[in-house]
Amino acid sequence: MSGILNSSIGRKFAMALSAFFLMIFVLQHFVINLFSVLSPDTFNEISHFMGTFWVIQYVIQPILIIGVIFHFVMGFVLEIKNNKANGVKYAKNNGAANSTWMSRNMIWSGGFILVFLVIHFIDFWIPEINTKYIVGDMSGMHNGEFRYFHELQEKFVPIWRVALYCVGFVFLALHLLHGFDSAFQSVGANNKYTKGLKGFGKAYAIIIPLGFIFIALFHHFNH
Amino acid sequence: MNLTLKIWRQKDSKAKGQMVDYKVTEISEHMSFLEMMDVLNEQLVNSGEEPVAFDHDCREGICGMCSMYINGEAHGPDRGITTCQLHMRMFNDGDTITIEPFRAAAFPVIKDLVVDRMAFERIQQAGGYISVNTSGNTQDANNIPISKHAADEAMDAATCIGCGACVASCKNSSAMLFVGAKVSQYALLPQGQVEAADRVQNMVAQMDLEGFGNCTNTGACEVECPKGISLENIARMNREYLSASLKG
Ligand code: HEM
Ligand code: SF4
Ligand code: FES
Repeated sequence: MSGILNSSIGRKFAMALSAFFLMIFVLQHFVINLFSVLSPDTFNEISHFMGTFWVIQYVIQPILIIGVIFHFVMGFVLEIKNNKANGVKYAKNNGAANSTWMSRNMIWSGGFILVFLVIHFIDFWIPEINTKYIVGDMSGMHNGEFRYFHELQEKFVPIWRVALYCVGFVFLALHLLHGFDSAFQSVGANNKYTKGLKGFGKAYAIIIPLGFIFIALFHHFNH
Repeated sequence: MNLTLKIWRQKDSKAKGQMVDYKVTEISEHMSFLEMMDVLNEQLVNSGEEPVAFDHDCREGICGMCSMYINGEAHGPDRGITTCQLHMRMFNDGDTITIEPFRAAAFPVIKDLVVDRMAFERIQQAGGYISVNTSGNTQDANNIPISKHAADEAMDAATCIGCGACVASCKNSSAMLFVGAKVSQYALLPQGQVEAADRVQNMVAQMDLEGFGNCTNTGACEVECPKGISLENIARMNREYLSASLKG
């Protein structure tokens, strides 16, 4: 595995694998969040299950954290290497003539996602870990009922956080508008089947982030 | 038409270059871009100045020498052409045209607009060939059955002229379109199978060694390539490389 990371194609392959993993994660996260709108009770039950089932807590969660860290560290490594390969900059460069803004600015959209993720961790993940593993309260209860839905609602009261959410997901949409197809190309899949996937990729890249934005706004206005 | 040219001038590989402005007058719209450059150079020679050095050879889109980055694009604003095939009718009277060398750390400037593209040569030497016995009893290639589809795709890949526009256009100076084409033209044919795994590994290793960047799949190379080499060739190279790595 370390051998493969020494080659340009190997690095891209690893980048794409981590990205596939993140895209699946984002999808399941979205589905769970959607229940906070459709049925708070179901949302509470799923949250409690996800937050206490050992396979998810001790196996999947560490893999996810490693996956995220790998993805953004490799993103920065590639950016540095590519800048070095680029050498002297053109006095005049018309990038828009041959490529999309999204494809040329993955490091910027990714960078903003990272800022969002840091805040998201501080907002949700650290309090969860604190309650469950530091305080040691695995019950998921507060005043005799599940706490998850209420905690979620609380978070979306301040407008600044809702705004930050919206901006973060706009950048995720931009990231995925290029990234979805790009990941298939990186693993060598470019054929008549992946042509059909392009439409699906665009839909994923727009619908999922828009969905997250909708959920944040929904809780902000329905408190 | 009358034009203002902003051209990169650099005395030699060590000198620090700069953009210099020139004026050319009475340029015919029927001229090719290189003929326009000839007019400028004649003018410079007559006034005792150093002419602008630029690469060119066939002047008919075959050799791939005429590397110029014109108004922010490799080979200028037209599609599917080299600089020698670019016509002055693509420009308007009074235009300012910026002309720079192809930029990439792996393509160092030799002088003015001339860059050293030997890195491509070294990648080819690392594996861009097949080994055949030419002692006189060579098998006739037509005896080997090849599907029409594979033959067509291999031929399309083989039309790459090694011009370097793909590298010049890439924000990462990645050479993957070139190497993808060179890997594909053999990978698609039975004659290329025997050395396929070594070929792709050696060519990619040389590509990395030369200091070309990593592909971000922006697709700029495919748009600017004068021969329409498709990104599918990069995907094929990735598959070839990954499966060769698995085999060890
Ligand atoms: C944590 C912050 C993130 C950073 C800094 C980041 C950075 C990057 C960069 C720089 C690239 C381009 C790499 C290249 O040049 O080829 C990239 C590709 C990609 N990213 Fe991210 N990213 C982040 C988060 C995410 C997330 C959360 C997702 C998915 C939900 C994602 C999905 C993708 C995809 C699909 C690709 C394309 C992979 C490929 O071309 O093979 N990224 N990312
Ligand atoms: S792939 Fe196209 S742009 Fe690149 S070297 Fe070959 S012909 Fe030139
Ligand atoms: S001079 Fe040969 S391709 Fe332009």
